[in-house]
Amino acid sequence: MNRKGKLFRTFGVTSVAAATAMMMATASGASSTTLAKGAPVTIGVSLSLSGDFSADGLAYAQGYKLWAADVNAAGGLLGHKVVLDIVSDASSPTQVVTNYQKLISVDHANLTFGPFSTLLTLPAAQTVNRYGYAMIEGAGGGPSVFQAGLKNVFDVTLPVAYDLKPFATWLTSLPASSRPKTISYVTSNDPFTQPVVQEAQKLIGSSVKTVYNKVFPAEATDYTSIADAVAAAKAQVVVLGSVDVPTVSAFMQAFEQAHYTPQAFIATAGPDQGAAFIKAVGAGNADGMMVPNSWYGQSKNPASMKMVAEYVKKYGGTAAGVNADIAEAYSVGQVMAAAVTATGGFDNAKIISYLHSGVTLSSVQGSVKFDALGENTAQTAYTFQWQGPKFVEVNPVGDPGAVKILFPKPAWGM
Amino acid sequence: MNSSALIHAVIDGVLTGSVYALMATGLTLIFGVMDIINVAQGIFVILGAYLSYALSVHWGIDPFVGLVITIPTLFLVGIVVERAFIGRLKGPEKTAMSILVTYAISLVFEGSLNMIFSVNYVQIQASYVNQSFRIFGVYFAYIYVYGFILAAVLLGALYVMLYRTRFGASIRASLADQTAAALVGIDVKRVSTICFGIGIAITAPGGMIFGATNTFNASTSYDLISRLLTIIVLGGMGSLGGALLAGILMVTLEDIVGVIWSPIWSTISFFLVLVIVLSVRPQGLFGKRSARIA
Repeated sequence: MNRKGKLFRTFGVTSVAAATAMMMATASGASSTTLAKGAPVTIGVSLSLSGDFSADGLAYAQGYKLWAADVNAAGGLLGHKVVLDIVSDASSPTQVVTNYQKLISVDHANLTFGPFSTLLTLPAAQTVNRYGYAMIEGAGGGPSVFQAGLKNVFDVTLPVAYDLKPFATWLTSLPASSRPKTISYVTSNDPFTQPVVQEAQKLIGSSVKTVYNKVFPAEATDYTSIADAVAAAKAQVVVLGSVDVPTVSAFMQAFEQAHYTPQAFIATAGPDQGAAFIKAVGAGNADGMMVPNSWYGQSKNPASMKMVAEYVKKYGGTAAGVNADIAEAYSVGQVMAAAVTATGGFDNAKIISYLHSGVTLSSVQGSVKFDALGENTAQTAYTFQWQGPKFVEVNPVGDPGAVKILFPKPAWGM
Repeated sequence: MNSSALIHAVIDGVLTGSVYALMATGLTLIFGVMDIINVAQGIFVILGAYLSYALSVHWGIDPFVGLVITIPTLFLVGIVVERAFIGRLKGPEKTAMSILVTYAISLVFEGSLNMIFSVNYVQIQASYVNQSFRIFGVYFAYIYVYGFILAAVLLGALYVMLYRTRFGASIRASLADQTAAALVGIDVKRVSTICFGIGIAITAPGGMIFGATNTFNASTSYDLISRLLTIIVLGGMGSLGGALLAGILMVTLEDIVGVIWSPIWSTISFFLVLVIVLSVRPQGLFGKRSARIA
């Protein structure tokens, strides 16, 4: 080997050794699997406290804090007080990566909870995966999260692709004489909404004739012309792929201005925001609006009832007005607590292995059981509807908690 | 696609675009006179929306009547901000520094609004907000029509002020050449302060219409400012007429593409037009080359 080759070889070996040392230092410095007696356990979370997802981000923060307060009141996790290290990602997929890197390598968080939305969960899960951390989350249910081949991601909520199954089943099972004849599909090009709407289209198929089917950009700020085009199609059913209240609200307003009331109107997100939705659109307009979800504030699950009572006591409002994000976040904490208790420590590798073991856990949203991809296969999808001031379960039809669906939807503002 | 949908898209575009134009006018006026790129304009629009919302919810004041209070309030906010921060920017880096300073101002206002109003979305409600009337089979929403009339009146008033008053002459002189304006005795500093106040005051009606046609929280300002900056770049930075034309062009083009092709291409199509226009006219449709160099 010539002098130049030796130099490169020496340089290469040194570089690899340095990199390995740095990785080991980072890994060892990132967190401890055992904690000193009395030391708190730090859970790192990046949430959207500003930007497009700020309303959901704040609700998630409330849910995580509510869980932490309950755990600490009961003596903490394995006797260690839970400290939440929450930083804001401003709804940015770039910032969320920086945040989790900082939470692990600088703040030395022992565990991590997920951010809000599929858009942010995927980069967040990929980031914490590099450090060997488990990413338990409640709002990253889009297929892109599970198709990334990550073994560290666990979504405590029902995968979104199944969200509209009860609605589709109800619609297609209506007798031909009373079944709506036409349907419009319109969705944001978001990794959460598109799979939901596409799955609904597949399930409904040709049972109801599609008269409008378009995707609009996620960054749209003015929905007037899109909503007007949907109204012009005059479909009897509208399926809207929305990520937030403003999108649904804009369509509702444009429909009312166009004197168009579909017989059934379901949006993938927005109407589940409880009091925040009512405040934005007005109680009269909410009547008949539907949304898929796996939890609601008046759920009879005892753990859920306890959480809702605590929430109402702390933040005010009513059970019907409690945002579903609260329950999702709280469930994340419950699943993490169960894994920590079962594994007897804060070793993320053991937590990941335990959650992949096929064990069935409980949460305020119901049962949780993860498949190999980290999807929760134990939950049931429901459709909820605003009926006056009440947010009620309307299907699956025949479910003990379901009430009769308000169909056709009342006119706007009634 | 039918002709009715196309007509609707054009009407929506013109009505909505005029309100965007109104909001962008303040931005372009401030740049034209002061060489300040005010990225806080979006949060001032939201501040205007929140003020109208608060007056409506807490005192039952109609959003349009409330403008009598919100326009002067935002004018004063603009004067204070200019005196406290913007007026202190000097030297050749002034324009670049203004982006950072106004961004910081935007963050402060965003945080404050979040604390006061929370991050939950709200919308300005009034009896006419969701109502419409019909002409030749086409529905016209009252709020968009009122917004268009308001924008036309205010832009007209701004035009009269600029071209028919002594103060307007001072502004135009400052727009053309600040040094020359100072040499002929114009108090450019005073003109700049008042212009900044006017630029911010215009966000009050813009914000009111925006807040009545959209649910919003403080973070909505990010979506707004990107649109407003795009409008003034296309229209020509510093050009009032350019802002008006670009605002209407942007929304109308997006709406037409959304109807005849697909909404997914609507935003892209506008940016395509923007790139083409800028490659032919780097100063924008009505901008002066010197304004971009400044």
